[in-house]
Amino acid sequence: MKSERTPAFERVTDRMQALLVWIDARFPLSKMWREHISEYYAPKNFNFWYYFGSLAMLVLVLQIVTGIFLTMSYKPSAAEAFASVEYIMRDVNWGWLIRYMHSTGASAFFIVVYLHMFRAVLYGSYKKPRELLWLFGMLIYVALMAEAFFGYLLPWGQMSYWGAQVIVSLFGAIPFGIGEALVEWVRGDYFISDITLNRFFALHVIAVPFALVFLVIAHILALHEVGSNNPDGIEIKEHKDADGIPLDGIPFHPYYTVKDIMGVAVFLALFSAVVFFAPEMGGYFLEHANFEPANSLKTPEHIAPVWYFTPFYAILRAVPDKLLGVLLMGAAIVVLFILPWLDRSPVRSIRYRGWIFKLAVTLFAVSFVALGYLGMQPVSVAFTIAARVFATIYFLFFLLMPFYTRWDRTKPVPDRVTFHD
Amino acid sequence: MSSDVDLGRRHFLTVATTVTGTVGVVLATVPFISSWKPSARAQAVGAPVEVDISKIDPGSMVAIKWRGKAVWVLHRTPQMLATLGKIEDQLRDPFSNEAQQPAYAANQQRSIRAEFLVLLGVCTHLGCAPLEKFEPADSEMGAGWLGGFFCPCHGSKFDLSGRVYKGVPAPTNLVVPPHRYVGDATILIGNDSGVAA
Amino acid sequence: MINNRWVGAIALGALILSSSSVAAGGPKMEAANNVLGNVRSLQRGARHFVNYCMGCHSAKYVRYNRLAADLQLSEQQVTDNLMFVGTKLLDTMNIAMDPLDAGRWFGQVPPDLSLIARAKGTDYVFNYLKGFYLDPERRNGTDNLFLPGASMPHVLWELQGLQKPVYEAIIDANGGVRKVMVGFERVTEGLLNPEEFDQFVRDLTNFLEYISEPVKLERKKLGVRVLLFLLVFFLFSYLLKQEYWKDIK
Repeated sequence: MKSERTPAFERVTDRMQALLVWIDARFPLSKMWREHISEYYAPKNFNFWYYFGSLAMLVLVLQIVTGIFLTMSYKPSAAEAFASVEYIMRDVNWGWLIRYMHSTGASAFFIVVYLHMFRAVLYGSYKKPRELLWLFGMLIYVALMAEAFFGYLLPWGQMSYWGAQVIVSLFGAIPFGIGEALVEWVRGDYFISDITLNRFFALHVIAVPFALVFLVIAHILALHEVGSNNPDGIEIKEHKDADGIPLDGIPFHPYYTVKDIMGVAVFLALFSAVVFFAPEMGGYFLEHANFEPANSLKTPEHIAPVWYFTPFYAILRAVPDKLLGVLLMGAAIVVLFILPWLDRSPVRSIRYRGWIFKLAVTLFAVSFVALGYLGMQPVSVAFTIAARVFATIYFLFFLLMPFYTRWDRTKPVPDRVTFHD
Repeated sequence: MSSDVDLGRRHFLTVATTVTGTVGVVLATVPFISSWKPSARAQAVGAPVEVDISKIDPGSMVAIKWRGKAVWVLHRTPQMLATLGKIEDQLRDPFSNEAQQPAYAANQQRSIRAEFLVLLGVCTHLGCAPLEKFEPADSEMGAGWLGGFFCPCHGSKFDLSGRVYKGVPAPTNLVVPPHRYVGDATILIGNDSGVAA
Repeated sequence: MINNRWVGAIALGALILSSSSVAAGGPKMEAANNVLGNVRSLQRGARHFVNYCMGCHSAKYVRYNRLAADLQLSEQQVTDNLMFVGTKLLDTMNIAMDPLDAGRWFGQVPPDLSLIARAKGTDYVFNYLKGFYLDPERRNGTDNLFLPGASMPHVLWELQGLQKPVYEAIIDANGGVRKVMVGFERVTEGLLNPEEFDQFVRDLTNFLEYISEPVKLERKKLGVRVLLFLLVFFLFSYLLKQEYWKDIK
């Protein structure tokens, strides 16, 4: 290839090189670049399920940037919040686009995160030595749910108000007077009010985003410390060449930077299709009732949380007792934390597990989706029975796991990675 | 690693992707930067304001608010207008060379019609509100004073066209905002479409 | 691998399909069939809104100058035909009625209509406006098929004429007899015939859909350009990825 290096070009690159040397003497910039990007060796057999980590990071940045710009025009008071959102939608230049990006981004975040978590279940990415990685991820998930919950009150629509009313009241189920006091403490008032709105605003805009960013950094550091898993579930570090580089490893840059950029292009296309053509998504991303201002005297016909919470809402409603329902809903999330210790299989990836695990994962996935659907529906006898069935399957996936993962026949695990899809 | 890597193709595709991506990122910043421009509500609140000048007596001034600032409309008497030519050697910018006014106000009266002076009531030094000192030989202003405005904060002085005196802290003449006449009895502050220079 | 992804996809598909077919229950609604891009329809709808609705209902998030721009009306036309005395072009469509008075007079405060089409659906609005019928037991003398117990009087009665409900006696599961409304019967003719009234309501509904999201048509146009750009970006990034990944075996 013909070189286009003129003397001027040489001078510029020399200067840039000198600047880099100056920085490196004072800050580990090149060191970090090598350690985490250009010489971070990732398995070469990553498939479709491996796009969602980088996409989750993209959505986080998107939410923060659009969120900052929304905060510039939003008014966190009960009197002005709803009107300020319409101000953003109509009067602020391009405000409508920033708003739709943020509302779509919230749902996109959960879609990406659920797929990202499911990958871990498929390939055993939570198993030793990646238990802490999984725990950080779970903390990110819980923080994300809190962020979404606090954020949803901010538009101060009918669904915002009544959704918060229902969920906050749940904690009143805790006995011995603790529940009532807790509910009043969370609200800061005797009912969901301007005071509640203001504090949820502070949590949503400042506290939880900080926590999320720290947790994501910890999550990535934990990942890089042990190295990435892969669809075959084998440790690529077990076979290294003379230079200490895993035989099945490839440097993250340029191979996965280039692949993830392509993934970003696809994601942005799907994201933009929603933002520009269907931002309400049939009422799932922007709920119809939320286009009415909050009215404490008029309950909407049908209160449902946003779609990403509905599986847990279905579990809550399946239990006839209020306190037990709250506990079981919490347990549904807590049980995810201990997954690394429930799984007793000697093998990581579903590819080398037996039919029992494959059946269990299928039932789990179907149950989660079914619970999600049921959580959106109004209460009925048939739906309640179905929710109880699927909730039982959901919990059995975890509670029986120590047993069926030990009984399950496994296939011999290969030495080197394979390419399937 | 394959030995016959087409570096030319790699280079081209890298450049193509990077350029397209950069263009995309730049285009994506446009809505965010544009969102800082005054919103429709700001434009509504900052809309032009009408002033009924038929009610202003000769020698009197009214103050109204436009875009958060005080705007003065002074109905000058013939005697007030006569003073304008007498003090030009005492003024820093008697011929309005600095861009403190629209083209149609770059004259001695600094106005469209001689009798009505429209000024922003904001001292060009550090933003205080100057006081009316229309009486000649005012006791505080001294014997040579022919009438004008006096800023109490740091002592800047302006004449009856809002032109700044020499030797005072303020560097420039008081600003004339865009304005025009709507009929004979009304001035519209903030809009000067159709006014010839 | 195949079975998990397939199951997930089927489950998701079933979820989406079934959810969209879950109706809220209630009487069958006609499609409004309004065309948001039909500027003439929007202009008529704007006029209908100002003449028939703004006595009681504000549209407080809508600015008159925005109407002028989007409905291809001159500022003079908007000022002359759509604005009450004393309002300015940059103002929002507020009304003079005091909410406390309104609450006393009607039982409910007439809601602001800026977002009604988004909150309730365009088809609902269309059907609601056509759904008033005579009911001597109610304070207004009328009720609405799509909002039973509506406090709103039948504002468009002169145009639509009056209609009364037609009941049918049906025998329910327990053997008892129930009265079920099966349709309307015209009692008096309106100034408009049914097709004209339909068009009137369609135009008004069209306007209400427009004001609930003025930027809708523009966002779709921009969306096409964004997707085209992303297609180009995807093509380059895909080829780049394929090129580099030739290295890997």
